Amino acid sequence: MVRLARRALHGLLLLIGVSALSFLLVELAPGDYFAEMRLDPRVSEATLRTLRSRYGLDRPLPERYLRWVASLARGELGYSFAYGQPVGPLLWPRVRNTLLLTVTATALAWMLAVPLGAWWATRRRGPVNAGLAGVTAALLALPDLVLALGLLLLALRTGWFPAGGMVSLGHEQMAWSERVGDVAAHLVLPVTALVLGILPVLVRYVRAGVADALDAPFVRAARAHGIPPRHVMFRHALPAAANPLISLFGLSLAGLLSTSLLVEVVMSWPGLGPLLLEAILARDFYLVLGPVLASTLLLVSGNLVADALLLAADPRIRAAGR
Amino acid sequence: MEAEPPLFRVWGLTKRYSGRERRGAPTVEALAGIDLEVTRGSDLALVGQSGSGKSTLARCLARLDEPTSGRVLFEGMDLRELRGPRLLRFRERVQLILQDSATALDPRLTAAAIVSEPLEVLGRGDRRERGRQARELMESVGIPAAWAARRPFELSGGQRQRLAIARALAVQPELLILDEAFAGLDASIQAQIATLLQELQARHGLTYLYVSHDLSLMALLADEVAIMFEGRIVERGDVGRIFTEPRHPHTRALIAAVASLPAPSAPPAS
Amino acid sequence: MPALLEVRDLAVHYADGHGGPVVAVDELSLDVPPGEVVGLLGESGCGKSTLLLAILGLLPRSARVVNGSIRFRGRELLGLGEPELRGVRGAEVSIIFQDPALALNPVRRIGSQVAEVVQAHRRWSGRRCRDEALSMLAEVGFPDPVRIHDSYPHELSGGQRQRVVIAQALACRPALVLADEPTASLDSTTQAEVRGLLGALQRRLGLAMLVVSHDLGALATLARRVLVMYAGRLVEAGDSARVFGDPLHPYSRGLLQALPRAPEPGSSRERRVPSPIPGSSPDLARLPAGCAFEPRCADRLPACVDRPPRETRPADGRQVRCFKYGG
Repeated sequence: MVRLARRALHGLLLLIGVSALSFLLVELAPGDYFAEMRLDPRVSEATLRTLRSRYGLDRPLPERYLRWVASLARGELGYSFAYGQPVGPLLWPRVRNTLLLTVTATALAWMLAVPLGAWWATRRRGPVNAGLAGVTAALLALPDLVLALGLLLLALRTGWFPAGGMVSLGHEQMAWSERVGDVAAHLVLPVTALVLGILPVLVRYVRAGVADALDAPFVRAARAHGIPPRHVMFRHALPAAANPLISLFGLSLAGLLSTSLLVEVVMSWPGLGPLLLEAILARDFYLVLGPVLASTLLLVSGNLVADALLLAADPRIRAAGR
Repeated sequence: MEAEPPLFRVWGLTKRYSGRERRGAPTVEALAGIDLEVTRGSDLALVGQSGSGKSTLARCLARLDEPTSGRVLFEGMDLRELRGPRLLRFRERVQLILQDSATALDPRLTAAAIVSEPLEVLGRGDRRERGRQARELMESVGIPAAWAARRPFELSGGQRQRLAIARALAVQPELLILDEAFAGLDASIQAQIATLLQELQARHGLTYLYVSHDLSLMALLADEVAIMFEGRIVERGDVGRIFTEPRHPHTRALIAAVASLPAPSAPPAS
Repeated sequence: MPALLEVRDLAVHYADGHGGPVVAVDELSLDVPPGEVVGLLGESGCGKSTLLLAILGLLPRSARVVNGSIRFRGRELLGLGEPELRGVRGAEVSIIFQDPALALNPVRRIGSQVAEVVQAHRRWSGRRCRDEALSMLAEVGFPDPVRIHDSYPHELSGGQRQRVVIAQALACRPALVLADEPTASLDSTTQAEVRGLLGALQRRLGLAMLVVSHDLGALATLARRVLVMYAGRLVEAGDSARVFGDPLHPYSRGLLQALPRAPEPGSSRERRVPSPIPGSSPDLARLPAGCAFEPRCADRLPACVDRPPRETRPADGRQVRCFKYGG
């Protein structure tokens, strides 16, 4: 518990650090939302000055930061110039959609990676080994963007799945069960892109970890006691291989999140990705900070979950942290 | 001889591992007041079970661990005051060999490179000269110089341990601390290394400090034994005396653990 | 009485990358009668661990049994399928490995690791397997089996862990226990305890044991018959008191002299230090045409380099493989 609390505190410090640093970086970038208007002969210098003072852009940097922190506390997270409303309410539905995508992809990727990697670990020679090695190497070599575009092309050509967005036209009129099915159908493409992107990495790690565990003396001892193979795998090898995999779980969440931002843009999934891109292009200052902060929060929570799992899985770590 | 100060003199040495170093665990008193002298050219063995503090004491003598209190004098100099070049010189003169020294050899280096590496670090001789010395050292521990290009995995466990000893000898130390350096080796290889160490002692006037849980093995190697128990030296004496008149109950327990064996008949005279 | 375990002319080779095979075990025959302890003495790399793994059918992929037979209760074990072998392992023939810190799964409780062995061989309820595990823990001398049952391996000492490993090995009352250096990784006083425990359990349960060790002390106290192994072959066999008291083979003699022992009072150190066997164990991939010990042997004869010596029986109940005895 002490250990978890300490990790949570680290996470909090990280959040504060990221917020301050990204605030500073975005602030240092040249221009702002109103810079483009300067080129417009219909907007006068005076109007611009009024606008900027209304949004507080003429205040010194520390003051603007403190005001933003205060609005964070109110859940507003600053003000979007483009949308003309606080960032918070814009952000939450996007966070929900991104979470839906990444959590589904993470769960699916791990549910496939563990049995596949464990199976591979028991086949060190022969066609299974060669086949899996080839397929994972090919997938690893394929950039995420190419993968996503390829899937999009496939969907457009075949029409098997909706090729973009999160809901069909007329979604609002559907019955509850139809709506779920509709979202699920829209999920197929982006989730496939994400899973195919991370699966080869995960499978290779699982294979290496389980193969090491299978070579461990206690696994040989278990076999020597006549323990059946499925118990050797599920009670001995997998639990012993779990530690690095759980740590990898936290990392995989980070990887999926960043890939997800890209895939969302390509497949027009209404998550944090398109919002972030739009905000950067428009130099919509606080709207850039929102997704950055939300992503950091998701990452920190993912790693906390991994830490909690690690504590649950390994008695030696529990003993060291007591 | 009487006028010469002992190599090591230790007074009231204690070492506590506090809760901070071993997180959450209660404070552990590894050494509870050690007084010890090590004279030049002697063979002393520290014998005790795991947790008796023998390895901690060895580490304090090699200045790899800071004592909590007490003093360690090396030739009259306080170990804590050694700095800079004098500390380097101390590190050359006192070498520590551990049970896993043999497994800690760099697998990518050849045997000759492993042995000459300390010379290179100290900037002794040129490349040719170091190579020559390395081959000489290998020969002196019974590894053919022709094997100079072999790597650790091509050697047996006993050969690797001898290579670790050759490496320690490269800097011409005066004291070797051998902490369970024989554990896990076969009896015939233990005997080979024991013989080697005695030859080296006769040639270079080395001092040995052995650390082990195995009293019967130490009887083979050392002249004098110090029995350690719960962070203290409970008994010290000549090997023969320890076996014939053990005074401390723990010494008697250690002796009882040595399985008795019928003595083999003498080999036929050739 | 027919032997419980009969090994005949066993030869095991390992494939290695450089040309010829590594001959780990060759021409090896041995018997373990019911209820009797046989000691196998040999140094690292002599093939003793390969022999034990071959008996249980657990040889690594790179190893191949090229000749011989291994019979347990008259039934050939070589060539049995995995499911049949699984029924033998742990239930009829079990093994105690050298290092208990490595033989137990670090992330699982002790009790479940003992109960699991029972569960693998008996159609009992989980409850009953747990009770059996507890009584087994009591049997190997734990005064508080419940506490040990709920512990993790890292919470126990080396000696306690080895007791747990013994409990696992005996949980299904096997007829034969193989022990691979059961005391080598322990402190000397703990070694004595574990030796005593193994001896007591062996007598109480009437176990047959094949104990591999280079701890001559352990063999002298446990085993009635001792076999000496060098470079994959048995070089000497006989009653343990006689082999230790009067070794015939030059290798056995060298090994016994290399053994540390308590000094006699007043002896100087020079007399205590044994004369080690010169040289080192042969490369099993390039064994000489003659006797494998010949390059290190002080008693070599001209015949030694031509072919390996045959086994002879120079005295009642003794076997030796050396030209000095007509091999």
